[in-house]
Parts: sequence; C-alpha cells; structure tokens
Amino acid sequence: MSILIFAEHQNGKPNKTAKELASYAKALAEKTGGEVIALGFGLTSPEDLYAYGVNKVLNVDDQRFTTFNAKAYAEAFKQAAAQNGIKIILTGQTADGMYFTPLLAGMLKAAYVTQVISLPEQNDPFIIKRKAFSNKAIAHVALKTDIKILNIAKNSFGLQENPVEGVTETFKPEVADEVFEEIKSVKVEKATGKVPLSDAEIIVSAGRGLKGPENWGMIEELAEVLGAATACSKPVADMGWRPHSEHVGQTGKQVAPNLYIAIGISGAIQHLAGVNSSKNILVINIDPEAPFFKAADYGVVGDAFEVVPKLIEKLKEFKSAH
Amino acid sequence: MKILLMLSVVPDTTSKINFTDNDTRFDKTGIQFVINPHDEFGLTKAMQIKEKTGAELHVVHVGVQANESVIRKTLAIGADKAFRIDTDPQDSFYTAVQLAEFLKDKDYDLIIAGRESIDYNGGMVPGMVAAMTGMRFINAVIGLELNGTEAMVDREIEGGKETLQTTLPLIIGGQKGLVKEEELRIPNMRGIMMARKKPLEVLSPVDAPVVTEYLKFEKPPAKSAVKLVDKDNLDELIDLLHNEAKVI
Repeated sequence: MSILIFAEHQNGKPNKTAKELASYAKALAEKTGGEVIALGFGLTSPEDLYAYGVNKVLNVDDQRFTTFNAKAYAEAFKQAAAQNGIKIILTGQTADGMYFTPLLAGMLKAAYVTQVISLPEQNDPFIIKRKAFSNKAIAHVALKTDIKILNIAKNSFGLQENPVEGVTETFKPEVADEVFEEIKSVKVEKATGKVPLSDAEIIVSAGRGLKGPENWGMIEELAEVLGAATACSKPVADMGWRPHSEHVGQTGKQVAPNLYIAIGISGAIQHLAGVNSSKNILVINIDPEAPFFKAADYGVVGDAFEVVPKLIEKLKEFKSAH
Repeated sequence: MKILLMLSVVPDTTSKINFTDNDTRFDKTGIQFVINPHDEFGLTKAMQIKEKTGAELHVVHVGVQANESVIRKTLAIGADKAFRIDTDPQDSFYTAVQLAEFLKDKDYDLIIAGRESIDYNGGMVPGMVAAMTGMRFINAVIGLELNGTEAMVDREIEGGKETLQTTLPLIIGGQKGLVKEEELRIPNMRGIMMARKKPLEVLSPVDAPVVTEYLKFEKPPAKSAVKLVDKDNLDELIDLLHNEAKVI
C-alpha cells in the first residue's frame, strides 16, 4: 500500500512542504507498509527527498507542466496513483496544493480531508485528527473510501530525516493540450526580497496599537533582525495601513510559524483563529487585560514604542554574539 | 448572463464552539448563523456584476430549513431567486454531489463559492463540484474582471498573486480581496421587504455516499499560563526565546 506525495519545489529544489510531507509519509508507511513515492514537476534535485524517506521520485519532464495548472496536475496524480497502486495521497497546505487536490478528490471520488494534524490513530478504519471550526476544535474523522487523500496542515508534523536508497524515474502523464489551454497563467506578481508569510518561521505582526502606518518602520526592522515576515491584524488592513496580503486571522491568512510576535494587537477571537496554531506566541501590549495574553506563551506588558526599539537592540546584540 | 452563488451558512465568527452528544456533534444551542464570510465577498462581487450587466443572480444552499433566514438575507441584498436542497449534509463530498446534481439541467455562466466555510474549513466543495461537472475552476480568487465571456482572474499564491486568463463558464472559490471590505453589502429595509416575495424553492436531495465520517470532537489543549517578562528585563525574554522556546 504505497503512499504518493506532492513534491512542490522552489527553483527545482524540493521545498519545506515537500520534505514535511515526505516525513509524514515515511512515518505512515512504517505503519501501513509500502513505499513512499513523490510526484514532482521539473525537480532538479529529486535526490534531496531520499533523506526524508522517499523511495521513488516520479519526475515529470514536460515543459507544459512547468507552470502550475490545477486540472493538469490533478490528471497527473490520478495517472500516477493508478499506475503505482496508490491508496493514500498526501498534499500540502499551499496555494497549489489546496487548489488541485479537491479536483483530484472529485475525479477519484475519494475521501479527502484537509488540515490534518496527526498520523492515523488506526488504519482500519482509517481515523485521523484534523483542525476544524477555525482552530477552535479538533475533529476525529474516518475516511471510508479505498483511496484516501490527506492535506497536511502546515508545520504540524515537522521535518524528520530518515535516509533511504531512492530512485528517480521520468514520468510522462498523458494530458491533452486542451487542458492547458482552458486556464492560462498570464502574470505572476511576488513581493521580492521579503520572507513570504506562508513560509516564515517567525512572523512579526502588529495592530492598531501602532497608531498609524508611519510607525511600521520598527516592525519591519524587528522582522529584518529576526529574518521574519511581517503581518497585521484585520483593522489595520481594512484601514489601508498595510496590504491585505498581510492580514492574518479567520478571514485572512491562517499561519503556523514557530514564533508569532503580536505587537499592539488586542487578540480578538477572529484574529486568534488565524494564529493559534503557532508553536510559540509572544505578545507585546500596553494593556495587561488584552485577551491575547491568555493565548500567549510569553508576554511583555508595555508600550510598543518603548519595548520594540529596545528589543531590536537586544536582539542585535544577541545575533552578533551567536 | 446567469450567476449562481453556492452559499454556506456558518456560526457567527465570534461564536464559542461547543459539542454535544458525547462530543460527537456541534452544539447549535445559542449559535447565531450567518453568511459564510468568504461567501459575502462573492455575493457582493455577484451584485456588482449584476448591476453592470443585468445578470440574473441565483443562490443555492445545501442545508436545513432553519438556515432559510440566512438565505433570505442574500435575497434581501439583491439575489433574484434561491434554492435550498433540503438535507443536513454530513460531509463535503455529499454536499458536492448535491450541487453537481442541481447543476445538471442549469446553464450558469459564473458560479461563485467561498474558498472554504469557516466552520469545517474543508476548502473542497467548489473544486469537487468542478471535477464532477467538468467546469473550469479557479481557487482562492482575490480579483475577477469579466469582458464578455473572457475572464481575467487573480488568485492568491505564496507571497503574491497569479493572474489567470480563461473563459466562462467558470466556478471560483472566492475570498477576501474579491471586493473591498467597505464595499460589502448589508440588507436595507426595502430589500428585506422585497426578499419576502422572492422565490425560495426547496428541492429534495439525491442519494450520495458519506465518505468522511466525523466521529468525535475535542477542544485544542489549553495553553499553559503566559510567562510575563518585565519590560525592563528583555534579556530574560531573549533567554527564554533562545533556550526554552528555541526559536531564535
């Protein structure tokens, strides 16, 4: 009973999501038996995945797949699954993963569960835990079809090295040209030189407590010192102080970094729903009654305009000493 | 042109989430139900297109009779007609089958759903419906421009956006960004009065398998108490982040 994972990459190298899926798949394969097979599109270093337990990489070498196309990718997965006797397919909580996987599930009429946070409690019936109600609950869900598809929540399993002897094979899915013509990518715009929110290990986020967009200099400086991404609360995005792409919360982005630093954010329930999967939360707020402190691991009660510049100085000292 | 909103009805975003029947079911007691926030952006976008092109706007919802007050709200905001498929859906696949069946004899040019519902957060119904009907599908949509049957669609990607070109008919999974927050519509008194006279048709569900079964719910483990550090002793904070949390 082999497991198939989606090996996303950055410039040809498997990214962290791919390695996390490989880690999860390897641990699962030890319970269910079978191999871990990764499907990637134009990987230049597929061997990077062997270190995380991938036995076989299917590498698509076809220019048409260079740009992501959801329906074509779903077709490729369907064919790879059929040809390799796959019963479990894993994808990641990324823009592309969340886009094509429901198409695949619909094509295969397979049970599909997103926001998965654990290995199965048992294999038959196959029961996993997932987040639900915007992180306010955990659900135990049984998948009842022969083929099962899981979308693993970001940063929920972590990376586990587990080197195996792997092989890479070229894979040629049969997908008609018309599929690529249906929806065509015409432009990609990405902020350059910044850590994207979705991949960040540390996020520095600020809210209305900063009083105005002109005061974000210290937030950006703190983020730079930490190699962190910047984020903001909903009111800040709605007032146009910061771009909407930075809004984290129930209706914005849901994030799960190793450290989330909330500065001048009171901690409304909708904001917490987007951040409470973070491994550690540090809250800096002038109001000791701010509800965010109840959801925090570490807290500093104080004026952001006093605490943040001091913290930047201390961190710079720390970084130069380490 | 005909537009369809696939509506999801969810607990208000401020709801305290509890479970009943030995933690096997969501406890609806005292819960206020609302239009799924992601769908609100789609509904406003649909209204803007309707006002510009004279399109007809329908709403479909798979759910129980108690949700009709929320469906009426979409009519009060300006939708022309609504359908309710009368069932208490047990999973996303079941819901998608109902919607795909509903679409069999329809000819919508644009179908708008939310990226995900904020209760079960499955994020899969629009894509599954697309697979079942063979329609084109774009997810996480933050911008949509129509020119006749040509569509330019922005979807959110890591660290930015991608612009896609396609033609109608099309299903989108919409989200915040589709319209601006301040553009979101709320019903006015005239709309509420008119909504009472608009058609809300109740349809029977078709048989479909439930492929994922929710067995049990639990609350996430409670956080241990926050460690407060004095603002004049930030060295301690750095020590905790380095040696205890191991994040710097």
